[in-house]
Amino acid sequence: MANRRIVLCAGTGCVSSGSLEVRDALVRELTKRNIADQFEVVTSGCHGFCEQGPLVIVHPEDILYCRVQAGDIPELVEEYLIGGRIVERLLYRDPVTGKSVSDHMKIGFYAKQMRNVLRNCGVIDPENIQEYVARQGYAGLRKGLAMDRMAVIDEVKRSGLRGRGGAGFPTGLKWEFTFKAKGDKKYIVCNADEGDPGAFMDRSVLEGDPHAVVEGMLVAGYAIGADEGYVYVRAEYPLAIKRLRVAIDQAVQYGYLGRNILGSGFSFTLKIKEGAGAFVCGEETALLASIMGERGMPRPRPPFPANAGLWGKPTCLNNVETFANIPLIMRQGGDEYAKIGTPRSKGTKVFALTGKINNTGLAEVPMGITMREIIFDIGGGIKDGKAFKAVQIGGPSGGCIPESLLDTPVDYDSLIKAGAMMGSGGLVVLDENTCMVDLARFFMDFVQSESCGKCPPCRVGTKLMLETLERICAGEGTLGDIDWLVELGTKVKAFSLCGLGQTAPNPVLTAIRYFREEYEAHVRDKTCPAGACTALVDFVVVPEKCKGCTRCIKVCPVSAITGKVKEVHHIDPAVCIRCGACLETCRFDAIIRGKAAKVGEVAS
Amino acid sequence: MADQIRLRVDGHDVVVPAGETILAAAEAAGVSIPTLCHAPMLRPSGACRMCLVEVEGARGLLTACSTPASDGMVVRTRTDQVVEARRTVLELLLTEHPLDCLTCEKTGDCRLQDYAYEYGVTGRDVAGQSRKERAPGEAMLDDSNPFFIRDLEKCILCGRCVRMCHEVMGYGAVDFVSRGASTKVTTAFDVPLQESPCVFCGNCLTICPTGALHPKASRGKGRVFQYEKVRTICTYCGVGCSIDLHVREGRVIGASAAPGPANRGLVCVKGHFGHDWLHSPDRLTTPLIRGEDGTFRRAGWDEALDLVAARLEEIKGKGGPDAIGGLASAKCTNEENYLFQRMMRAAIGTNNVDHCARLCHASTVAGLAASFGSGAMTNSNWEFEHSEAIFIIGSNTTETHPVIGAVVERGRQAGATLIVADPRETEMARRADIHLQHIPGTDVALLNAMMHVIVTEELDDREFIAQRTEGYAEAAALVAKEYSPQRTEQITGVPADKIVAAARAFATAGRGAILYSMGITQHTTGVDNVRSIANLAMMTGNVGRYATGVNPLRGQSNVQGACDMACLPGNLPGYQLVADAAHRGKFEKAWGVELSTRPGLTLTEMVNAAADGKIRAMYIMGENPMVSDPDLNHVREALESLDFLVVQDIFLTETALLADVVLPAAAYAEKDGTFTNTERRVQLIRQAVRPPGESRADWRIISDLLGRLGHPLSYSSPAEIMDEIAGLTPIYGGISHERLASGEGLQWPCTDRNHPGTPFLHGERFSRGRGQFAAIHYRPAAEQTDGEYPVILTTGRILYHFHTGTMTRRAAGLHATVPEGFIEVNDQDAAEMGLADGLKVRVVSRRGSIVTAARVLRTLRRGVTFMPFHFAEGAANILTNAALDPIAKIPELKVCAVRLEPLAPPGPAIAVNAGHTHGGEGR
Repeated sequence: MANRRIVLCAGTGCVSSGSLEVRDALVRELTKRNIADQFEVVTSGCHGFCEQGPLVIVHPEDILYCRVQAGDIPELVEEYLIGGRIVERLLYRDPVTGKSVSDHMKIGFYAKQMRNVLRNCGVIDPENIQEYVARQGYAGLRKGLAMDRMAVIDEVKRSGLRGRGGAGFPTGLKWEFTFKAKGDKKYIVCNADEGDPGAFMDRSVLEGDPHAVVEGMLVAGYAIGADEGYVYVRAEYPLAIKRLRVAIDQAVQYGYLGRNILGSGFSFTLKIKEGAGAFVCGEETALLASIMGERGMPRPRPPFPANAGLWGKPTCLNNVETFANIPLIMRQGGDEYAKIGTPRSKGTKVFALTGKINNTGLAEVPMGITMREIIFDIGGGIKDGKAFKAVQIGGPSGGCIPESLLDTPVDYDSLIKAGAMMGSGGLVVLDENTCMVDLARFFMDFVQSESCGKCPPCRVGTKLMLETLERICAGEGTLGDIDWLVELGTKVKAFSLCGLGQTAPNPVLTAIRYFREEYEAHVRDKTCPAGACTALVDFVVVPEKCKGCTRCIKVCPVSAITGKVKEVHHIDPAVCIRCGACLETCRFDAIIRGKAAKVGEVAS
Repeated sequence: MADQIRLRVDGHDVVVPAGETILAAAEAAGVSIPTLCHAPMLRPSGACRMCLVEVEGARGLLTACSTPASDGMVVRTRTDQVVEARRTVLELLLTEHPLDCLTCEKTGDCRLQDYAYEYGVTGRDVAGQSRKERAPGEAMLDDSNPFFIRDLEKCILCGRCVRMCHEVMGYGAVDFVSRGASTKVTTAFDVPLQESPCVFCGNCLTICPTGALHPKASRGKGRVFQYEKVRTICTYCGVGCSIDLHVREGRVIGASAAPGPANRGLVCVKGHFGHDWLHSPDRLTTPLIRGEDGTFRRAGWDEALDLVAARLEEIKGKGGPDAIGGLASAKCTNEENYLFQRMMRAAIGTNNVDHCARLCHASTVAGLAASFGSGAMTNSNWEFEHSEAIFIIGSNTTETHPVIGAVVERGRQAGATLIVADPRETEMARRADIHLQHIPGTDVALLNAMMHVIVTEELDDREFIAQRTEGYAEAAALVAKEYSPQRTEQITGVPADKIVAAARAFATAGRGAILYSMGITQHTTGVDNVRSIANLAMMTGNVGRYATGVNPLRGQSNVQGACDMACLPGNLPGYQLVADAAHRGKFEKAWGVELSTRPGLTLTEMVNAAADGKIRAMYIMGENPMVSDPDLNHVREALESLDFLVVQDIFLTETALLADVVLPAAAYAEKDGTFTNTERRVQLIRQAVRPPGESRADWRIISDLLGRLGHPLSYSSPAEIMDEIAGLTPIYGGISHERLASGEGLQWPCTDRNHPGTPFLHGERFSRGRGQFAAIHYRPAAEQTDGEYPVILTTGRILYHFHTGTMTRRAAGLHATVPEGFIEVNDQDAAEMGLADGLKVRVVSRRGSIVTAARVLRTLRRGVTFMPFHFAEGAANILTNAALDPIAKIPELKVCAVRLEPLAPPGPAIAVNAGHTHGGEGR
């Protein structure tokens, strides 16, 4: 009998950094040494700590090895699994203290988290329903099925759960609307069309704990009286789709899906609809249109899907994470659930930490935690010791939060007040080298090319805003442009048809609100303080630091650098294409972003 | 009342039915809200944002077009923010829209222009923004099809065209493509429209708010403020679409759809773009008399009419009045047809008057008269929008009655079950829930099998049958005993389970409508077919109610009227009977003559009688039997053997070429009068332009002739003729031009001046009292295939042409789209006989042979071929069988046996393009 369990992360991040090869190597090694029967080797969903993948956790001692490669396996087996000696070099090393940490849960990234929704992610084998059931899986459904439908809805209402897709609509209320809507046929739809750049919470939940979503949908189906559900997953999530498919098949096999579920008389079928990668299909009415085989374009509400959704029938549409919260609420009760969080935002929220942060990955935190705690305690602070500048929350629909607001509690209402929004939970951390104009331009480019084209404010308005931002980044903006961006952005927000257009200007508006001087520097001084806008930046040699090693001359693709060995080099700004190769290659920090001296002032 | 809600719009209190939108409520309150993407019939889109309004208590502005009004709502439509929204939308649109109103076709009729004017948006005032000017070569203009131009630079992406094509027409030829600033409306894979499912109805163009879509032929010929719009009725099929002819300087430069009761603003490619033949140089402009040398010479009216009168009198003197036969026209007005039959009956003294209804719906008139008591479409065009099951048999509706096809599509999209029985996979068949692809000529068996299911599964409407009908037991017993779906499968080739499914679906629907056309009537069993349909409708209680009924779709603009006006040998106007002394007496008194009681000959009988020498002279008004009738070699012999032939027409048709005297007539756009459409709706047609040369309206020609025939009459206008008709014809009793001019047309029966007309027939009781069931046995078609002629040929119409092609083949766009005839052949049959798509093939029947091009289709039944009959060269009717239905005397145009002889060997090197196959025939 196996007495130790080795869990390898097989989320998309770890798989792409080689975790499946690690697993194969491990199994080979254990077999070779004839000790395979002592170990249960399991692949799990995402642990969240993608930065450090591939991750290997050994139970029962719960030791975490990071960045394990197949080549490390013989040593790991020999030294640790057999010899019991910790392989120090594969442990997590705290970026601040520099100390290695072996205990999984003592790592800063995990210590401040509250893993409720993600409790099974990285723990169970998502393709084995028995592991889910063993951890109280489908207990919430069992409990719900024994309750009155309205009582289930009341439980969800009491929990205070709000939609995790971004807008934060109270879930119980939505269920109640759908429950009360007239119709003999109703649908449950799960929005898994996670489209924000940098966001991967839903993917990880589907990959790591798909049954939680299935169970949540089943409870919703029972509560509102639906017998059919769809999960709308983007086709770019093949692993999530595969695991969900396995989960559905197993749930059918075990009687959790299909006719007369658990003998309750309640029947429910679940289908997967693969989306084709249109960002706008995350908008609920566009998503429904897409399921129905139409072009994914939003329509005005009312009527809301609760009254007229799929094929005109009442439809309850929630996001992956929302559904994944439901089993917990059912198991522990709404009141217990509501003990976590702030008065108006209950429970936990999963965030995807990306950008210039040490601990890239997924983190689940209680509502009300401060942004500072997420970024510095869980995220381990800014990479390479650079200075924090802002954090973009909510992706292209959200906004940036500057250092001055870092102690803002993370909840739906505080974020709106700050000009941002919860969004689906993407956190992009920006450092001193990020230009706020360039960032706004990036998001505007994204929303413009993802606009469905239906309404003029979004289709044309975002295009004009993008063109203006491009001009500013190119040093061709005027001071009037900044005010005009605010004016037009405000109109686009007010007059657009759907959430995409109504939030598209947020990144620009918040960036101007908190970093106006940076915009002004672009148009007035024609400089980019962060040094990111290539048209406004020169690469210059600091004479005091240059050793004349000629490395930069060798890498320059356009021969813009001149100079002799052991003499100070010179970069000709007229020839330079601002690729930055010289800066990266210089060993003496002798090349910096700055302003080249005008012609005539050049020191020879 | 609970279903009424009260709200306040800009301070006006208004009460509207629950479910109305804010936009509708505002309209009711007299408040106008600007819209760009909203259009009648289309589902709200909310795209353009022009109709944003403020609603007290709502978060943000709401679109008036899509938001339901609710009780107690307070709406404001003119606040600063609302106006700012409108201005913003216009400013944004105008940053992309060309400011070329000076040369734009749509100037004066452009919503964008109107709103820009109203809100003072110049298109140059977006602060700090420079307008993006497109490079000259970058124009997004597609003028590759003959009907309309797409200028995507002027497209504001309101989506009206997209929704029209999807939600109304059902083709979905265009949709939004790409995203963001690159979004555009185009076809799948951006192919030209002519390679897409587009059928060029141009209903998208009708509702396009800008100049993005505009007709090609009228480009540069005048804009809305330069031409006059004359409201009239389309001259093509029997739907009766209202259209506006655009008249400038005495010429019709174009046409547009008008919101009439029969079409509700929809139109098809012919009605929209098929009027240029009006000014064709081929039009007849003077009377022609055949000289001694056999050629025509021009003549004056007096000479021509004197000659016609003298020759007719002479032949009448020699052979009696029955030696003369007359064919009236389904394309002439009621007034003209009335006068024509009066001329034949009162001035010449014969009942030998008929018209091409003999070739299309004679079986309907006879069959439905026997079953119900009157032989016309029981219900109205737009009722099918609300039917729950629609059973179409023998009608290629989307091609031959395109606007009714759209109504059926609306019904289908609203949830009706669509069942189509057709040997071909027509567009309608493709859309159907159940397609019964039966062998031509087996309709009775198919219908009996459906009834078998209904009887044996007790799905029949017992109450209706007991209270409203008679003769059920015998009919039910016959179908129950002899027509099981399993047995019938052997006859019809339709799988039994499909028959069962169709029967159940139709019988269990609350409102079931049956639509049919010539696939039913043009058979030697035409009357049997019609009576079987009547049986099915009565058996399921689907007569006499809204959105149900037996609905023969009439093929020509006034074929219903020509029948109503008694251009039928046995009838007097309004289906009064020649054989009935009282009816006859009324007309004798009015016309001041004694009328013949001798039965008249039908069209088909007249042709035979001419060949036999019994008919010596014929007067043919606006008909072209030399293309439309079966067995054309026989028709030619018959007409050539006449002593005297007068043809009155607008072109020198194939028939006119055989005439002794040709009289030039005015076309529909050159005269006033009325047409009666397929739903029995009498509508005004109005003169838009003068007839060319010396040509005259048919009613004037006949009036002039009547005097010379000793029956002088003087009418100053068609309105006066209609008054005479109304006085003598109970079902037209309440109809007058005056009433029609002020209203929406009247559906007969309309018995007096206050009668509102009758949308559906047989509401309380059948015209004959009780509906009469008939036990009908299946009889095979007259001509069966054999070793020598192994293939069935069936004939019909296509979308782009009308009848004998006289008009449509002179309409440039229509002719260019389908310039020549063809024969459709199943692909496996084609392979076996070595025939490939596009190759020439000789088609041989027992009566003649023609050469045409093959169109090879996968969807056709094996052993069945199809030819359109519009084309005089390689005419399908050289081949067709003139065998007649014993009662209706309609020929079996829909079934004959032929043999195909490929003319060129097929080879892999021959790449053949079948040409324009859109419109359903080849797609």
